[in-house]
Amino acid sequence: MDDLIKEFLVESIENLDRLDSELVKLESDPSSEDLLSSIFRTIHTIKGSCGFLGFGKLEKVAHAGESLLSLLRDGKIPLTADLTSGLLSMVDAIRTILSEIQASGQDGKEDYPELIENLNRLQHPGQKPETKTSREPKTADSSKKRQTAPKKGEDGVAPKLGQPSPAREKAEEIVAASQESDGSPAATATNDKKHRPLSGKIGGMLVERGLVNPDVLARALVEQAEGDSRRVGEILVSVGSVSKEDVQAAIRTQDGARANSAAADTIRVDVHLLDRLMNLVGELVLTRNQITQFAGRQSDPVLTNSTQQLNLLTSELQGEVMKTRMQPISNVFDKFPRVVRDVAKGCGKQVLIEMEGKETELDKSLLEAIKDPLTHIVRNSVDHGIEMPDQRVAHGKRPEGHLKLGACHEGGQVVIEIKDDGAGIDTVRVKNKALERGLITPQQGTQMSDRELLNLIFLPGFSTAEKVTNLSGRGVGMDVVKTHIDRVNGTVDIQSSPGKGTAIKIKIPLTLAIVRAVIVQASGKRFAIPQVSIQELVRLDGDRVRKDIELVHGVPVYRMRGKLLPVIYLSQELGLIMDARSEYEKNEAINLVVLQADDHIFGLVVDEINDSEEIVVKPLGKQLKGIKVFAGATIMGDGKVSLILDVVGLAQSASVLSGVRDRGLADNPDELLEKEIKKYAFLLFAGPGDSRMALPLAIVARLEEFPVSHVEKSGNEWVIQYRGKILPLIRLARVLEERRVRVRQALSLAEHDSSPLQVLVCNDEGETIGIVVERILDIVEDRADVQSPASRAGVLYSVIINERVTELLDIPAIKRFSIENRSLQTEHAEVSN
Amino acid sequence: MAQPHQFCTFYLDKFLFGVELQKVQEVMRYLEMTAIPLAPDVVSGLMNLRGQIVMAVDLRRRLELPNRPADMLPMNVVILSADGAVSLLVDKIGDVVEVDDDSFERPPETLQGKVRELILGVHKLDKHLLHVLDTDKACETAPSLEAVAAK
Repeated sequence: MDDLIKEFLVESIENLDRLDSELVKLESDPSSEDLLSSIFRTIHTIKGSCGFLGFGKLEKVAHAGESLLSLLRDGKIPLTADLTSGLLSMVDAIRTILSEIQASGQDGKEDYPELIENLNRLQHPGQKPETKTSREPKTADSSKKRQTAPKKGEDGVAPKLGQPSPAREKAEEIVAASQESDGSPAATATNDKKHRPLSGKIGGMLVERGLVNPDVLARALVEQAEGDSRRVGEILVSVGSVSKEDVQAAIRTQDGARANSAAADTIRVDVHLLDRLMNLVGELVLTRNQITQFAGRQSDPVLTNSTQQLNLLTSELQGEVMKTRMQPISNVFDKFPRVVRDVAKGCGKQVLIEMEGKETELDKSLLEAIKDPLTHIVRNSVDHGIEMPDQRVAHGKRPEGHLKLGACHEGGQVVIEIKDDGAGIDTVRVKNKALERGLITPQQGTQMSDRELLNLIFLPGFSTAEKVTNLSGRGVGMDVVKTHIDRVNGTVDIQSSPGKGTAIKIKIPLTLAIVRAVIVQASGKRFAIPQVSIQELVRLDGDRVRKDIELVHGVPVYRMRGKLLPVIYLSQELGLIMDARSEYEKNEAINLVVLQADDHIFGLVVDEINDSEEIVVKPLGKQLKGIKVFAGATIMGDGKVSLILDVVGLAQSASVLSGVRDRGLADNPDELLEKEIKKYAFLLFAGPGDSRMALPLAIVARLEEFPVSHVEKSGNEWVIQYRGKILPLIRLARVLEERRVRVRQALSLAEHDSSPLQVLVCNDEGETIGIVVERILDIVEDRADVQSPASRAGVLYSVIINERVTELLDIPAIKRFSIENRSLQTEHAEVSN
Repeated sequence: MAQPHQFCTFYLDKFLFGVELQKVQEVMRYLEMTAIPLAPDVVSGLMNLRGQIVMAVDLRRRLELPNRPADMLPMNVVILSADGAVSLLVDKIGDVVEVDDDSFERPPETLQGKVRELILGVHKLDKHLLHVLDTDKACETAPSLEAVAAK
């Protein structure tokens, strides 16, 4: 395709995107002249260029729109919702034609007669056009304007300037001619310089403000043209026709206008070129690291010097190259007001959109990747989330719904939140729908927590909308959203409280290939930990090795500034050594890396802490994706490969961080503050007969799901092979139940249906046992200070957790029971034989 | 019609194996590797292949053959798989051989177990039987990954 056309397309499409948001903005602020002129200019530019490139149909559409816009700009017709809709549909038509041009090089067959008719009709809204000339902005080339907006006729000349005088015309001519010689980069480089208002010029501005007589200006301009090297402002001041302050004020306005047209300072670059540049810089960083290491072993000062220089330059280069790919999220966010308006109008709802953190920057490729999923979520929120105005009023809400988009950087990730105050998601309906579609089995349905149910909406083929609208509800969508986000290694999290609204939180990594990382060693292997997750480094030596790592019910913790941090051992987590704690107690010192995973802080014991380095993150192949504790691999300065630890994955695998943490919408800062005071984390689960039970989270090593088929019997005990060991299983249902029931239920596995066993793997005094429970409910933090004596054996006492009575399990007692139980079963087995 | 095929051959224990030549990116001497904790044991580790990080699969373990003697360094046969390059660790590299479809036979029914999935069949060469390896399956470590996921 012709380069000229290509450029026209790129530019026009960009402009149209801006137009969408400007038109919506204009609706709320119809008197903004800036917006109007900008919209007018965009359409005018498109019209001008397509006439020139020979796209007649496009020109017709743009022309109809332009005529309408010029009336609007002159204040002859008021802005109505109809009018905005008409203009928006014109933008859509132009967009369609442009994509047609992109595909075929022709502007298509469609003539859009109805649209043009509609646009023409809107020009005469039934009332006499009144003349509000005071709002008339002047253009440098007013003859051009008259030509493009023929209906306006001679009204186009602002009366403030008085009758056209020869001198004034001369002035305008000179202004136009001197535009190039003025040396203003903004004016010379932008395409639309002809449509730039005369007020962009100092002289023009002064005339407009009524400070200078046009004739005086004309004289000054003539003087300048005849060789006076001073600026117009200076000439005017020297003639005494205007004060210095006025000129300066005018210059300030002019500077402001110039800053807006950044076009002069930007060029278009192919993204692939940037990608290639990124890769090259990545390799350069690696080489730099290698050279730095080599130079560290030499004692040549010249080499050291140049290496340092190389180091600095490379870092700077890397920073700048990364910036070239960063774009503010507003590029995506700015499309949403239009989307929301259209959807809301289409279904008769009222929605206010609010945006926060629009300046948050992220990599262009990521921005592209999240554009569609975000659009979908926004549509869904308006279409399904927010209720009709009358329903809202009936529920005591304001008739107009609120949609809030927020973006921010958080711990090396970009967090995007889409929050509405609509009806929320009805988990019962979700469950029924999932059952109906056969996405889950009834058994699964009863076992799922609300949170798991909510996540069902991300399954393919799931849509709860009662009726299919043209915008959403076709059963594709949320699963596509999830796959898109997964693809860029992001996460989607949904929280909803019925009647209050839904919040969807998307976290995407800034996978800008290069990160700063601290290199640590464990069992002779090197690992990289991204520096963003490291809080601090602690070294314990001498007596403190044994004293400072304390135990909470067998689980190591470290007291840091009065707070307890769970401590895990990297070697043990990676399965390199078994009982790390006693191993490390023999050492002279312990190195503790304090890490943050989401909002949890924990200590990681490593053998050695080396340097911090810039590393290039290379993803692990698909085959290794299953290992959650690694985020990727990198090549170190010495050419060897090191693995990069995934702090969140590590925390999850060590159960520091649970995958099922729940935080409702109702959470407000006060509540969060309260949580700070509460210290204990509990795992809530459903015991036999749906009783609510809890264990201190600290003694629960892992939550597992085992298929019943994996259970084996060793003697009369249920066991399972788990990480190369035999794990005894204790069935709460068996242990806690009354004896006669227990005997009656014999030993068979068949009593359990085929749904997997929910097992809590617990550490108790060095012994690992599995406790089979009905269902895992949640992990909560609570003070749990209201206690009452146990109601039955095997229970320590009852406490109130999350405002509900919960039984705290007594592990040693349970174990005792289990042994008794076993002998009883043996007896029973003998009897039945 | 008899189609000639080219195979890159190599030895494992006392067997001769072959992979289609088009699938082989390159053959390399032994490179130092970084072991991956928690990974299935067929994965020997990651290595730096000219700036590219490549996973190495020990074919002896994958095919359930006895472990390589400690003093023998494996060679790399780098395969272009669907998910990028994967290196297969073998004992010794053989020749490139050209065979016809005629000499091909499906593995005998008596060949059972995991190995059966990996071997497409054999070509009858003059002195040896050439085991044809399913490279996609060989690069897959998924069955063992399930075990990892359960951990």
